[in-house]
Amino acid sequence: MQERVKKPQFDVVGTRPIRPDGVDKVTGRAKYGADLKMAGQLVGKVLRSPHAHARIKSIDTSKAAAMPGVKAIVTAGDFPKQASEFVPAGEGVVNYRDISNNVIARDKVLYEGHAVAAVAALNEKTAIAALDAIKVEYEVLPHVIDEIEAIKPGAPILHDDMITIGMTPPPTKASNIAKRVEFNLGDTAKGFAEADLIVEREFKTKAVHQGYIEPHACLASSSEDGSAELWVTTQGHWVVRAYCAKLLNWDIGKIRVTSSEIGGGFGGKTVVYLEPLALLLSKKSRRPVKMVMSREEVFKASGPTSGGTVKVKMGVKKDGRITAAEGEITLQAGAFQGSPVQPACMCAFANYDLENVKVTGYDVVSNRPKVAAYRAPGGPISTYGVESVVDEIAEKLGMCPIELRLKNAAKEGTRAAYGPKFGPVGLVECLEAAKDSDHWKAPLGPNQGRGVAAGFWFNIGGETTVSLQLNEDGTLTLMAGTPDIGGLRASLCMMAAEELKVDVSKIRPIIADTSSLGYNFLTGGSRSTFSSGMATVEAARSIVKQACGRAAKLWDIPEEAVTFEDGMIRPAGENAGKHKPMHLSDIAKVAGKTGGAIVGYAAISAQGAAPSFGVHIADTEVDPGTGKVTVTRYTAIQDAGKAIHPAYVEGQYQGGAVQGIGWALNEEYIYGADGKLQNAGFLDYRIPVASDLPMIDTVIIEVPNPRHPYGVRGIGETPIVPPMAAIGASVRRSSGVRFFELPMSPPKVLKAMKAAGKA
Amino acid sequence: MRYEKPTTVEAATALLAGQGARVLAGGTDLLVQMKARVLNPDVVVDIKGIEATREITKDASGYTIGAAVTGAELKEHPTLSKDWPGLVEAANLIGSTQVQGRASLGGNLCNGSPAADSVPGLIAAGAVATIVGPKGTRTLPVEDIMLAPRKLALTAGEFIVSFKIPARPKHGGDAYLRFIPRTEMDIAVVGCGVALALDDSGTCTAARVSLGAVAARPLLVEDAGKALVGTKVDDAALAKLEAAARAACKPIDDKRGTVEFRVDVAGTLTVRTAKIALERARKV
Repeated sequence: MQERVKKPQFDVVGTRPIRPDGVDKVTGRAKYGADLKMAGQLVGKVLRSPHAHARIKSIDTSKAAAMPGVKAIVTAGDFPKQASEFVPAGEGVVNYRDISNNVIARDKVLYEGHAVAAVAALNEKTAIAALDAIKVEYEVLPHVIDEIEAIKPGAPILHDDMITIGMTPPPTKASNIAKRVEFNLGDTAKGFAEADLIVEREFKTKAVHQGYIEPHACLASSSEDGSAELWVTTQGHWVVRAYCAKLLNWDIGKIRVTSSEIGGGFGGKTVVYLEPLALLLSKKSRRPVKMVMSREEVFKASGPTSGGTVKVKMGVKKDGRITAAEGEITLQAGAFQGSPVQPACMCAFANYDLENVKVTGYDVVSNRPKVAAYRAPGGPISTYGVESVVDEIAEKLGMCPIELRLKNAAKEGTRAAYGPKFGPVGLVECLEAAKDSDHWKAPLGPNQGRGVAAGFWFNIGGETTVSLQLNEDGTLTLMAGTPDIGGLRASLCMMAAEELKVDVSKIRPIIADTSSLGYNFLTGGSRSTFSSGMATVEAARSIVKQACGRAAKLWDIPEEAVTFEDGMIRPAGENAGKHKPMHLSDIAKVAGKTGGAIVGYAAISAQGAAPSFGVHIADTEVDPGTGKVTVTRYTAIQDAGKAIHPAYVEGQYQGGAVQGIGWALNEEYIYGADGKLQNAGFLDYRIPVASDLPMIDTVIIEVPNPRHPYGVRGIGETPIVPPMAAIGASVRRSSGVRFFELPMSPPKVLKAMKAAGKA
Repeated sequence: MRYEKPTTVEAATALLAGQGARVLAGGTDLLVQMKARVLNPDVVVDIKGIEATREITKDASGYTIGAAVTGAELKEHPTLSKDWPGLVEAANLIGSTQVQGRASLGGNLCNGSPAADSVPGLIAAGAVATIVGPKGTRTLPVEDIMLAPRKLALTAGEFIVSFKIPARPKHGGDAYLRFIPRTEMDIAVVGCGVALALDDSGTCTAARVSLGAVAARPLLVEDAGKALVGTKVDDAALAKLEAAARAACKPIDDKRGTVEFRVDVAGTLTVRTAKIALERARKV
C-alpha cells in the first residue's frame, strides 16, 4: 500500500503496534452483547407486527401470562406516555414520543416487525410459545413504502398530527412530509445563465442496512431498590442510559450501563430497541433478562439508512468552471420522522468551491423501520447524485474527471453552501494523489472501465471524559467512555504513550461504564479518536504536571523548577540544584507518600473537529452476457489529518469502501406489494463477501487539523461517501451505459445494456 | 420431537412411514427450516447410520454414490472428479466450506428447491436414484423425482438410498455453472449442467442439458441436447443450444431475478457450460 505519511516526528504516533483488545478478540475470549450470563436470567422475546400499517384494537396477554414459565409481559401500556417535543441530543434532536412508540407500538403499528409486546420466560421455547399465545386484534390500514408515493395526494397518512415544518405558509393538513430544509448561497439563476452546459438528472437509491454482524443484544438486571444494571452492545452507553431513564421515568443515576465489545455498529447502534424492554421485564419479573435479536429482527426492526430520490442540476463553463448547482433530496425517514436529509443537503456540494448553490430537502415518513444513522448519514446518497453529474459533465466537456474536480475543489477559505468557511482541508492533495497514482495510469482490459469520485464528511467533537491512572509500578490504566469500534483503545494508548514517553504496552485501556466515568457522548460522527484522543492528551499532561509537582516536593524546589524531558523528570537547570532525574515509574512508587494516587482526568467538550475529504478510484469489469459487475481494482485516498495508528485508518478506508461497493452493486431492501420485507437475511440481502472484492488499496494523506494536538481528523465516515458514484462512473465506461438507480444489480445492468445494444 | 438413527433400510422405512417424519442427512436444510419454524417434524430419521447411504462404490457400469455422501467427500474421491468433474463442482458450490462438509446429494435433491445446485449436475450426468420404501426398492431418473417446489415423487416411507451414475463415455465431459450476483454463499438464479460425449472424430454422439431455477422444477432440456448431437459443437450448434435452453425456461419474477433476466442468462450460461464440457470431452 502506498502511504504518504511525512517523516515521523513521533516515537509512537504513526507506528503500528498490536491492538490491546486484539488477543481476546481472536481467541474468542472477548465478551460481546450476547456473551454475558447471570444466575437466574430469563429469556426475553418480542412480539412483532405482521402488518405494514394497522391500528391496534386490543392486546390480550392473559393466556400467555398464565403459562407456566412465563415471568413477565410488557406492552406500551406499561411505559409512561411521552410528550411530542424535540430535545437536543448530540448531533441532532430527538423526540421521546417517537423513540418510545418505536420501542413498543402504542395505538398503531407502522411497519412490519414493529414491536407490540415483550415476554420474559424461563427459556426460549416458553418465550416463543408465550408470544404465540398473545392475541392482538388489528385493523389493517393501507400502507405506503416508497418515499415518492408517500408524498402524493391521497397517500395513507402515518401520523395524523404531522404538519410539515419549514414551509411558508405552514400547511394546514397532515402529510407524510415531516420537514423541508433549504440551503442557499449566491444566485443560481444567474449562475445557470452564465453556463455553457447544464446537466440535470434524477437519481434513486434504495434503503440499505448497516449489516453489522453482531445483532442487537443486552442483559438487564433491575433491583427492587430502583437501581438497575444493563450490559449492552452499543456505540454510546451514556446515551442508552439517558434514553432508558426517560422512557421508563427512572433516575439516570440509578442505571449503570456497561458497553460490551461491539461487533460492528456503523451508526446503527446509537439508538435503543431492546434495552428499555429488558429493563422493565427485569423489574417486573425480579430476574435478570437477556434479549438478543435474530437476524430477521435486525433487518425488519432496526434502522437501515434511507432510500431516496435525488435531483441534481449543475451548470458549467466550457473551461470546466462550475457556475451553479441545485439539488433536491427526498429521503425516507422510516415510520418516524428524522431521516438524515439535513446532512445529505449539507454534504451534497461540499466538495466544490461554488458561488451559486441551492439545495432543498424533504424528510418523508412511510411504512418502513425507522432509519438509524449509517456511516456519514445522508452523505453517500446526495454525493452519489452530485458526483455522477460531475462525471457526466467531464465526459461531455471531454475533460479528465480529476482535472474538472481540481478546477472546482473546495480548499482553505472556501465557503460551504451550508455556511462555514473551511480551514485547511485536503481535497486538492487527495485529487493530486489520485492523478499521480499507479492505479489511475494503469491500462484496462476488455469490458473494463475506471471511475473516480470525491466525498466529504463534517466530523464532530463533543462531550468526552477520560481518566488515566498512574499505577504503583509505573504502568498506567486508561479509562475511556466512547465504545471502541475501530481501534480506539490502541490509538488512545499511543497518544498517551507519546505524551508520557512510556512503552505503549504499559498502558492498559478499558471502556468504562456509566457509573465509573463522567459523561461521554457516543462513538459517532467520527469523533472518538479525535475527542477521546484530545481528552487523553489532556489527562496525560495532567499526570506530567502532577509528577513534576511530586518531584518538586521530594527535591524541595519550586514546581516551576522541574521539567519533563525525554520521559524523565529533571531539575530545570543549574539553579534548580543537582537532583537525579526521575522516571515516571520512580514517582509512581512514592506517589502514596507524596500526596496520594496520581490520576489524570479530563472532562471536555471537544472543539475544533475538522472535515475529511476523500477520493476513490474504482475499476470494474462487466459481463455482457449476464450484466454482472465485478470490481477489479479499487483505491481509497483520504485525508486523515494525522494517522495515529495507520493500520486502523486503512481499515476504516477499506471498510467504508466495501460497504459503498455493496450499496452500489447489490444491497437493497426489497418489499412486496403487501408491504413486507422480502429479504430479511444475509442470503438475499447481499453484502459483499471477501471473494467478491479485490484488495482495497489505500493512500493516507495528512493535512493536519490545527485544532487537535496531533492533527487528527475523524476518518471513519468519509470512506463510504465516494464509492457509489465512483462505481457508477466506472460502470458507465465498462458497460457503455450510464445508470441513475442503485443498486446496479445484474438484471438492471443486463436489461440496460441490451436496450443500448451493448449486450 | 424424536431423533432416530436406524442402521437398516427396513427400520428407516418403518419410521418414515409414520406421521410427521422427516429424513435427516446432512441437516443443512432440515435443521435450518426447523429453527426458522418452517418445519416441525415429530420424528427426525437420521439415515447416516445406514452404510449404503454413506459409500461411494465404482464398477464397470459406473459409480454408486450414497445419498448422504457429502460434497467434500465427493471431492476427496480418487477418481470421481476426473470422471464427473461437473457433478463434483456443482455439489461443492452449495453453501460454505463448512456446509459442504455436511450437505449431501440426497438432501440437496429432496429439499425440493428448483435452485438446488447439484441437481442439474446429476440430471446431466444421467443419474438414477435408488429408492427404498415399504413396498421394496425401485429406481427413478433424477429428473423425475422433483415435481414442484417442496413436492417429490416419493411416497410415504420412501427415501433415496443412493444414486447410480453411469460410467463416463470414452470421450465424455460434464460441467456445471450457476449464476449468482456474488461469487459464493448464494443461491443459483440460474443453474446449468451439461454432459456430452464425442466420437473419435469429435462429433457429438450424446448430450444432456439440465437447467435449474428457471422453472418449478429442475429441467432436462431434451431439445438443447438434440441441438448438439451429430454436430462438432460449432457456433451454429451452440446458437441452437442457446435458443433451445431459452425456450425451455418458465421462470418467475422474484427478488433474485426477473423472468427476462433468467431467460437471457439461461441461454448465456448453457453455451458457456457446454463449452467447458466440450473442452473436457476433447481432453479424454
